[in-house]
Amino acid sequence: MTTKQTVKSHREPLFHVAKRDDMAWWQAWLIRAVTIILSVVAVGVISMMLTEKSLFETFEIMYRGVFGRIETGSTVMLWKYLQEIAILLCLALALTPAFKMKFWNCGAEGQALMGGFAAMICMIELGGKVPDGALIAIIAVASMLTGALWGLVPAVFKAYFNTNETLFTLMMNYIATQIIAYYVYIKGGGSNIIQPVTHGNLPVIGTNRYLVNILIVAVLTVIMFVYLKYSKHGYEINVVGESQNTARYIGINVKKVIIRTMIISGAVCGIAGMLLVAGTDHTINTKTVGGQGFTAIMISWLGQFNPFIMVIMTAIVIFLRLGTAKVADTCLLNASFADIAVGIVILCVVGCEFFIRYTFKFRHKKKEETV
Amino acid sequence: MIVQFICRAILLGVPLLYGSTGEIITEKSGHLNLGIPGIMYTGAISGVIGAFLYEHACGNDADKMNGILAILIPFLCAIIGAMLMGLVYSFLTVTLRANQNVTGLAITTFGIGIGNFFGGSLIKLTDSDMPSVALSKTSQFFCTKLPFADDLGWFGDIFLSHDFLTYLAIAIAIGTSFVLNRTRVGLNLRSVGENPATADAAGINVTKYRYLATCVGSAVAGLGGLQYVMAYANGVWSNNAFGDRGWMAIALVIFALWKPSIAIVGSLLFGALCNANNYIQGLGTETQELFKMLPYVVTIIVLVFTSMRKKREHQPPESLGLNYFREER
Repeated sequence: MTTKQTVKSHREPLFHVAKRDDMAWWQAWLIRAVTIILSVVAVGVISMMLTEKSLFETFEIMYRGVFGRIETGSTVMLWKYLQEIAILLCLALALTPAFKMKFWNCGAEGQALMGGFAAMICMIELGGKVPDGALIAIIAVASMLTGALWGLVPAVFKAYFNTNETLFTLMMNYIATQIIAYYVYIKGGGSNIIQPVTHGNLPVIGTNRYLVNILIVAVLTVIMFVYLKYSKHGYEINVVGESQNTARYIGINVKKVIIRTMIISGAVCGIAGMLLVAGTDHTINTKTVGGQGFTAIMISWLGQFNPFIMVIMTAIVIFLRLGTAKVADTCLLNASFADIAVGIVILCVVGCEFFIRYTFKFRHKKKEETV
Repeated sequence: MIVQFICRAILLGVPLLYGSTGEIITEKSGHLNLGIPGIMYTGAISGVIGAFLYEHACGNDADKMNGILAILIPFLCAIIGAMLMGLVYSFLTVTLRANQNVTGLAITTFGIGIGNFFGGSLIKLTDSDMPSVALSKTSQFFCTKLPFADDLGWFGDIFLSHDFLTYLAIAIAIGTSFVLNRTRVGLNLRSVGENPATADAAGINVTKYRYLATCVGSAVAGLGGLQYVMAYANGVWSNNAFGDRGWMAIALVIFALWKPSIAIVGSLLFGALCNANNYIQGLGTETQELFKMLPYVVTIIVLVFTSMRKKREHQPPESLGLNYFREER
């Protein structure tokens, strides 16, 4: 914050803030890592005060909440952890191309729900009539198409009329939610629960039912990295994000890029919906995505739009969420403690960016006064 | 029936009016505060905590409670709680220049977490069988009607039968409208939101205006949470009951084209739309679910139309969502 220099006094303020772009990448990551560690410790201290357990015990409970009792040889919790990472990461991956383009897609929630909705319809209507292999292919296509459609609508209006996309995509979330509520009510026969469908489930590899989801998202991570970094599309997204005028000047069709990128973004959200419905729950309700579409926005941003860093960020956030939920459970706190913990850490990391992008310049006594 | 419908619509609309008036004040300074849902939760729970403590201090005895204190304590608690959240948001976005969307969403996560955490803890303290905290005595003070409202038939029911927070909401909205359009402070605030560099060059303290607008806006939004608990829910707090009204308040900002005076009518309309499904005969539950998407559809239509017509006075503030750094070109 630059303090205002009044006309009367010619004293320079004690320090002023200046922009910097010369920070080495390792310094920047050191700052982020230290912030994350400090904020996680802060969360630990807060839970320590609430639970009257020692800091070490608190973290031990958190660890157990995430990984379970590894020493007994059970890997159930670990797989659950990886599954949660996969879903959140998939949503964050979906948002990244849009964000790089400075298109604030806040609609991952709705796009994923609609993807899951398409999967659910296919599973219910076609289940048993089509061989399961073909059904899975149909589900994949249908989910991606509906997800893409949900992303396409705001994109078209953004491209042609410059309609505010943050607010448009936000509203689309609730329309999706109500459509699901309607559908669940009809299919659930008034009970608001659709019984799990056995047709069109993603295959189980070996004994682990989450492995397919995890593999799909792992592949997707690599594809997204390559797409953003090495493809012509990725380059165009970058230029449009930096400056639309520059993009127009060098002959990029900005409208086309916006619409194309949002189709991709929506389609990947659709995949996340499919993984949730066909791969995990085998049913759907309005809470299937459970607010992760919003968390994904923060993940994508915290990961600097780099898919591999996003993996780490997702792992940290999910660790906190599961860990603090366990702490809350063990120590009879309210389960919303996990939300508070995730909120604190994200706010700290968002704040620490300041120290990476800006620097303090202190007043020099000897400096000549220049007007 | 119609009278009841309108009363219900007003009751549902007032939290939205608070939320959107607060958000308009913030957005006029150029900050898109997506933390409003969280801030409204925080305001609500702060008020609930204040009321809870006061009821306990009086030994749960309505006769011992002082009407003015019973209103003032939750009222101030809600303002302070919401303002603190606004302060965190503005510190991060104004001083540290963090991304507004990400900060706002984090505030929402955090605020809803705070609301449910403290709400859940209070519920446990009361040891009741119901998953809720009932503050009906405080609520009664909040809902005190004008003494002659009942004698005036439908007119009294529609215009005079509400709790004082409803009238305060309308007063705040009209006041905000006046300040924004008719005073120097309002002019400065709008210029900060339209083009902070120009405002800075004209000698307006951009940082100060942005901090103040965000904090005042948050306080107003927080009252919306309090009104919901005390008037709509009759003083009963249960976790997640507030739902997604915060997002609807943000939708209302767009619907109202960033004008608090339109927001008054808009909140009534939104309240009616949210509620219409209960009053149309012969609707099945499944169709009611479809009806609930109406406010959002209407918002999208307004959003699209305003961006298509490109009328200058209907546009969002020019630098909405952008942080200001003086040394940046």
